[in-house]
Formats: sequence, C-alpha cells, structure tokens
Amino acid sequence: MSSIDDALSGREVVWGTDNLFKSYTVARGDVEAAFAGAPIVVEGEYETGSQEQLYIEPNGMLAIADLQNGVTVWGSMQCPYYVHRALAGLFNLPAEKIRVVQMETGGGFGGKEEYPSIIAGHAALLAWKSGRPVKIVYSRAEDMVATTKRHPSRTKHRTAVTRDGRLLAMDVDFVIDGGAYCTLSPVVLSRGTIHAAGPYRCDHVRIRGRAVATNVPPHGAFRGFGAPQSIFALERHMDRVAAAVGLGPDEFRRRNFVHAGDTLAVGQVIREPVSMNTLLDRALALAGYHDKRRRFVEENGTRAIKKGIGFSTFMHGAGFTGSGEDHLASVVAVEATREGVVRVLAASTEIGQGTNTIFSQIAAEALGIDPDDVEVVQPDTSEVPNSGPTVVHHALVDAGVLPSVHSRAEFRAACRRYVDSYGTLRATSRYQPPPGVRWDDQTYQGDAYGTYAWAAYVAEVSVDTTTYEIRVDDFVAVQEVGKVINPTLAMGQIEGGVAQGVGWALYEDVVWREGRMANAQMTNYIMPTSMDLPEIRVHFEEVPYPYGPAGAKGIGELPMDGPAPAIFNAVEHATGISATRLPLTPERLMELMCASPAV
Amino acid sequence: MARLLDALRLQIGLTGTKEGCGEGECGACSVLLNGELVNSCLTPLAHADGTDIVTIEGVASDEQLHVVQQAFIQCGGAQCGICTPGMVLAAMSLLARTPQPTEADIRAGLAGNLCRCTGYMRIFESVLEACRHLPPKL
Ligand code: FES
Ligand code: FES
Repeated sequence: MSSIDDALSGREVVWGTDNLFKSYTVARGDVEAAFAGAPIVVEGEYETGSQEQLYIEPNGMLAIADLQNGVTVWGSMQCPYYVHRALAGLFNLPAEKIRVVQMETGGGFGGKEEYPSIIAGHAALLAWKSGRPVKIVYSRAEDMVATTKRHPSRTKHRTAVTRDGRLLAMDVDFVIDGGAYCTLSPVVLSRGTIHAAGPYRCDHVRIRGRAVATNVPPHGAFRGFGAPQSIFALERHMDRVAAAVGLGPDEFRRRNFVHAGDTLAVGQVIREPVSMNTLLDRALALAGYHDKRRRFVEENGTRAIKKGIGFSTFMHGAGFTGSGEDHLASVVAVEATREGVVRVLAASTEIGQGTNTIFSQIAAEALGIDPDDVEVVQPDTSEVPNSGPTVVHHALVDAGVLPSVHSRAEFRAACRRYVDSYGTLRATSRYQPPPGVRWDDQTYQGDAYGTYAWAAYVAEVSVDTTTYEIRVDDFVAVQEVGKVINPTLAMGQIEGGVAQGVGWALYEDVVWREGRMANAQMTNYIMPTSMDLPEIRVHFEEVPYPYGPAGAKGIGELPMDGPAPAIFNAVEHATGISATRLPLTPERLMELMCASPAV
Repeated sequence: MARLLDALRLQIGLTGTKEGCGEGECGACSVLLNGELVNSCLTPLAHADGTDIVTIEGVASDEQLHVVQQAFIQCGGAQCGICTPGMVLAAMSLLARTPQPTEADIRAGLAGNLCRCTGYMRIFESVLEACRHLPPKL
C-alpha cells in the first residue's frame, strides 16, 4: 500500500479498522442545500507529492548512558523535550536522569522534530549496552530513506458560486498520507484542514480531513504543517472557479476575501483589521501583474518560450493550532547574573531561523540593555526553562535597585546589588493565549489560532515548450506578519521559504519504489541552486499584533504556502495547461502538453 | 579511499569543513586547494599531498574576521550556518577570480554550494557587500 487511494480502498487494513490515523470535520452552514440551488458548481482534484526537508546537515546524535548517571545525548534536533520524553519512556528512568542537549543544528524545517528521538534512542541503547559513548551520524542516503518527509496529499474541491462570483458553498475533502506509523500526522492534518478554505468568506463550508496509513516510511513535520498542501489545492481551484464565472483571478478573490468581523470556516470571527485587498493590490502592482497578464498573452503566440504570471492569496495561523499552545504551555525563563548578563532559557531552539538573535533583541529592548549583554542559553533539558524579560525588569525596579530608564552600568550595578542581597534573580513566564480565545477540539470550531498572518504572492514564469522546463523569472511576496522585529532575519525567512516552495512546486520529486525512496541522493533529488531562483522581492505590511512577542505573529511557515499555487497559476496563464499535480517536472509538463489538443 | 574531508575533520579535528552529501553535490565540504575551490569529500587524500589547503578555520586572521565573513553576518547570509564555511570559501574563490562580479557571476560562482535556508538572496547580497569592502586588488 503506497498511495492514498490504496489506503482508502480498504482492500487491506494496516491500521485500526479503516486505515485512518485521524480525521476531522469542519462544518458550517448547510452545504447540501446551498449546492442544490447553486447556478455554478466547479469541481477539481489536486495532488501534492512528498518533499524531503534536505537540511544540509544530516541527523546525528552522541550518547552516553549507564545506570548510575542515566542518559545524556547531544545532537542535531529541533525539540529537546520531545527527545527527552522519548528517552524517559524508552529507559523507564525518572526525568532528571535524562539530559538532552541541542547542539548547533544545521537546518531542520520540521525534519528534526520527530526523528531525532529515534536516533537518540538507538545511540543511547547502544551506549547503555556497550558502556561506551556512541555516536551515530547518518549519511545523506540514510537520512533521506529513513527520516520523515512532507505528507503527500490529495484534495477534492466542489465549489458553488453565484453568477457574479460570490462563494455559496465549499465542500473540501483533504487527505494526507501518514505512512506506516502515526507521527505528528494529526497535527499536520489539523493545520491543513483548518487552512483548506483559505481567507475567504463563505457561509456553507464542509471540510473533511483525513490522515491515512500506508506502507511507506512515516511522513512528518515539514515547514507549513499541512497548510501548503491544502492551500495549493485551494489556490489552484480558486483560479479555475474564477475562470468558470468569467472573472479575473484577482477580481474573483476580491469579491470573497474575509474582512474584520467576518467568520472563517472554523467559526472564528476575525477580530483584528485585515486587508487582503491591500496586500493583493501591493503585490500585483509590484509585479506589474495587470500589464503582464495582458501583454504575455499577446506576445506568446507561436513563441517557443511562453511567459505567464499568476498569484495566490492566503493566510497562515500563528502559533499552535487550537488548544495546542495551552497544552504545550511554553515557558521561558530569564535570569540576570551578578555581572549584569541576562540569560534567556527556553526550550525553543535555534536552527537557523534567528531565534537567538530575536530572543536577545526582545529581552534587550524590554530591559533597556544592549543585546550583547543577553545570552541565550543552549537548550539543555537539565537547565529548567522556567520568564518574560519584563518580569526581571519589574523585579529590579520593585526592589528599588534600578530606575526605569537606566544605563548599561546602572543595570549591571543593579544586578550585582540584587544578587548580593536577594540571591538568584530569575523569572519565568508562561504563554498566555489572547483573551477571549476558545477552541473546541470536539466540534473543531472556535479560534483555531490566536491570529493569522496574511499574504499575496505573485510568480512570473517562462515555460520552454521545447524542453518543458519551467523557470520562475520573478517573485513578489507581500505579507502582513504583525510587527517585523528584525527585518534582515524576517526577509531571510521569507526568501528561504519561497525557495523551498519553488523546489516543491517544480523540482523536488520523491520517487517511491516498493515503499522506499528510490532517489535518496542529492544527485537526483533536486533542490534549487543559486542558478534556479529568481530575485525574491519581499515586502511587509506591518500591523503590530498586541498578543504576540513584541507585536510579532510568526513568520517561518507562511512563505511555504504561497509559491506553488502562484507558479501553477502562472503556468496556466502561459500555456493554458491547468496542472493539478505537484511537482510539475518537465516530464509531467510534457505529458500534459502532449495530451492537450490546445497546445 | 581516504578522503581529504576525513583527514581534516577526524585526524586534524578541523570540523569547520562540513559533510552534507559525500558525493560532490552540496559543497558543504568545500576547501581551497592551491587556491582552487574543491569538494574535499571527493578529493583523495593522496591528491592533497604537498598542496596548500585553506579551510574555513584559516580564513579569519586572529580576532579579525575576513571581509567576506563579516559581510555574511551583516547581510544575513547565514541562517543555520551549515553551508556557510563552504559558501564563504566559494565566495572568496569567486572574488579572487572576479573582483567585481555581476549577479550572474555570483550565481554561477556559487552554483556548486547548496543552501537550504536562505534562498540565496542574502548570500548574493553578502558577496556584493564584501566587494565594496575588499581592497581593489586581492
Ligand atoms: S559533502 Fe562534499 S559536496 Fe556535499
Ligand atoms: S544557512 Fe542553512 S543551509 Fe545555508
């Protein structure tokens, strides 16, 4: 069983009674009644392939373990506490006997959330048995065949619209392939399901999300967590619905965008200002969309290289889904040393996204000190993360040792006096959801996320009708992500995510043969090089989010959502080919174009 | 075959040179061998005999970072950092050949070094920034 169809057919059952790891249903309004009276109904089916995270540093772990000292592992990982829990269970040891230290980690993108627990387990067991330290470092091939990748997906859309292009009803069936064991699939499915209806207003929505079991290696977390899959389907579909009602893709979306006060499919009322129209206007203007939309059609004619431009509009829920953040109850501790150095202790790991810089910046700003005086402690489960920087500030001010406006020297002196008279200065704070947020895990209704980031991405492509190669010539990414704390890091996050999105759309093809990855090499699993990407033009609209850290909403996952559908929409504009399956490799495009009478 | 990469990392303990693929695709293992950028994972140790090798450890002088390293920090050219040693050496090798590169030169010059984090834009900027600070003749 290696496909979603195999799993759903039920011919063979490999999990439970129905091959379903998890299913969710989001229901709003009366979908059937709305379809019954609808003048126009558009159906579509979309598929996405697996994707390898391809962090450049493969997984690796070093372990020592014995009865007396317990188990210590050092390694490449995103979530030290996942590994900690796994080892505590595996060895049946009390938590304090297990120590997990995250080392500098050479990229993760979700690929080092789950799997490091397994390697840590292997290394620790071998160390226990042998009485010697054990180091396991995967080769690239081992890493690619064994570790979790992005879930393949299949989405069916049935959409009812009025003749003037207003959404009446959306019926979405979203299925992801979880592989042989249940990983974070329920969480991935959850985010994918909630994002399946996008930033649109529609009174009658049904979304059915299912994660199925198959015999391929388990799929797991990857940047975007299921949202890129369901958003790819939706944004391809929205272009087709627009065409069916005879509207431009932009005009059709404008008639259906959510605004403040509207309700999303999950029943969440949008409380903050949101202007998808503004984002779209800006993105289209920057890309020169309208002019190119017209001009390319005229110019393409009989040319061998055809140009096209397309876009996607989408949102991405910030933080964890529903009650997730409550369950995780993120805790951060801040400690001021006698020397006036502020140490931030958190289990959030730096894997290249700039966590350490951002933590330093937030703490420094709150305390009125220099970021150089802040040290972010290497995540180590033996140093209990236990507060918000502001609490330290209050403690110092309340103790009367620090004026609220102060110099670096005064801050240092205050720390010394405090520590000398009262001992350790440490404060903790726990994540607080925004007030009024409620979520019902049973009905899948409520405030799915504290807030959303909003975006409009435009892609311009050239399609070579001789070689069937697609090039992305220009890319514009406009988004509203709350306040941008550090512009360089933020742009880098968006650019990196767009690059991965381009790879997912066009190049990255995990080839399965008898349940194994057949192309587990960088030689034939192709990711974008410096030659393959266009200039990625990133713009932010800043609307500070009152309940986010320093007004921010979260940024890393968002850019994975938009590129693929924008590129596919551009390819349709260039060629008239409405491709529905990703990646769109030259081989696939050739099949489609050869089969199409139009081209 | 004994690889130059292993000699550097395991025998000498110079772990700044990274292994991302072991097959010449990613460039994380790049070093300068007699001034040429090579993949140390594909270089037999025997071939390195008697050559002059520069790894990332040899790029900064004392406490002073190389202009290229400084530019990577300033422009956000490094995120997770695993590709960075190779990228910095590739950029240095490019700038030694082409002191005033165009964007196309930079793209071609770095084509053998994969970066999964940055999407390359900030790396291109880093190289351009480094040019602005390099002495006119290298
Ligand atoms: S490790 Fe040498 S090129 Fe990848
Ligand atoms: S910075 Fe992570 S691979 Fe380049």
